[in-house]
Amino acid sequence: MREVAIIGIGQTPVGEHWDKGLRELALEALEAAMRDAGVERVEALYVGNMLSGQIEAQEHLGALVADFAGMHGVEAVKVEAACASGAAALRVGYAMVAGGLADRVAVVGVEKMTDASGEAITVALATAADAEHEGVHGMTFTALNALLMRRYMHEHGYRREDFAPFAINAHRNAVHNPYAMLRFPITAEAFAAARVIADPITLLDASPVCDGAAAVILCPADQARAFHERPVRIRASAIATDTVALHDRRDPLWLEAVALSAHRAFQQAGVRPEDIDFFELHDAFTIMAALSLEACGFAPRGRGVAMALEGEIFREGRLPIATMGGLKARGHPVGATGLYQVVEAVLQLRGAAGLNQIRDARLGMTQSIGGTGATVITHILEAMA
Amino acid sequence: MHPARAWRGRQQRYRLIGEVCSGCGARLFPPRDVCPACQRPARTPYPFSGRGEVYSYTVVYEPPAGYEEQAPYIVALIQLEEGPLVSAMLTDVHPEEVYIGMPVEMVTRVLHRQGERGVIAYGYKFRPLLRQALPAVASAEAARA
Repeated sequence: MREVAIIGIGQTPVGEHWDKGLRELALEALEAAMRDAGVERVEALYVGNMLSGQIEAQEHLGALVADFAGMHGVEAVKVEAACASGAAALRVGYAMVAGGLADRVAVVGVEKMTDASGEAITVALATAADAEHEGVHGMTFTALNALLMRRYMHEHGYRREDFAPFAINAHRNAVHNPYAMLRFPITAEAFAAARVIADPITLLDASPVCDGAAAVILCPADQARAFHERPVRIRASAIATDTVALHDRRDPLWLEAVALSAHRAFQQAGVRPEDIDFFELHDAFTIMAALSLEACGFAPRGRGVAMALEGEIFREGRLPIATMGGLKARGHPVGATGLYQVVEAVLQLRGAAGLNQIRDARLGMTQSIGGTGATVITHILEAMA
Repeated sequence: MHPARAWRGRQQRYRLIGEVCSGCGARLFPPRDVCPACQRPARTPYPFSGRGEVYSYTVVYEPPAGYEEQAPYIVALIQLEEGPLVSAMLTDVHPEEVYIGMPVEMVTRVLHRQGERGVIAYGYKFRPLLRQALPAVASAEAARA
């Protein structure tokens, strides 16, 4: 296997893009990434996306985006794994370069959500769950997370307000990220008073509906310097799965696929959790951030929220998370999110994260969670010396 | 929902019939044909009692299409007395009365309707255990015991 490097990154601002559709968003991110890498052609394109078939009545995104981007004849397919679609597309691109099947690969994650009504988005997102045994009972994606959060509070004795540091940290970091959607700080008081969506989850536990696209360009690591002076090596790429339905898990509060994919990633990279300098995790809801920290081994069982309360997740803490705003405040354009996380990690590892820069960041980890933990994809990235 | 899709689920949705593993004896609901514990076939039907308790619950205020007329409604994870967890709505109860550990029992109700001409899908929901809600019956039973 060859080592793989990221030599170019691109992203659109996350938000409500009334003036841009799927293809325009994807193209904008792709062009930026190719410009950043100084690459004019790629051999393959992988498109991460979850909802285009439901919201835009458009599938076949591999060919569609390749066509619109003027990449005539290129190998191109869409990769789908619910909210982890972007990271899944990166995994495929990584495998192509690592396996020697291609030398220049583009990976783009794109999602267009704001063309649909709230009810339609709720239906569309619920398809990440088990339609026969969860969806049919009126279960929404927010409700599933609320079930987890209430049980977690019950078992570990936390209050709703204890989850505030996750949202406060994310919003604080989004302020300095020009691509983030919610660029304003929030207070603990605002968190406590936020409108309930599905008790105990409020608006400030949840990531927003939005549009966006992010892209990376990959090449073999030994060629990377020819394209970019600060390339980033992919040290690990690991996917694990679990039951799609939450109720089928022996212990719903233990995200088995998070534990498996993180463990595999640590093994591949030959590192331990304490070696990671920052972590772009899947904070679609505050409860997911807590459960991810625990299953990855960054916090003991039941201590994910305590870790946040102790300030360890902030920029100056032991393990900064959501360093550019996370899903909560950068925004969560579902199929694009996995690539936003990677683009942001690359900015940190290049030392180009501006006011959000983590000092001496060398090793970063990103993790996307599809559904309530059915597909989990972890990448470990390293600044090339 | 296509009528055939609703019909395929009739045993589990109307009667709470799951499966039992021929290898390790695990009782599975919803039915899943392969035992997740030992990976052996689990295709022998097994009727669940329909009794259990609330493992966790929440209230849905922003329902998906087809569920508007029921909103706000309570959804829950129910721990069946045979072991498995199941996702379902709670019915015949107010949100403020629900608590983790509340004893519940299965009833058959309308899950959702799809417009004037669509299928009316029925299936299981759970309500507070009726015997417990009727003190007279509960005390009579206690006296017998």
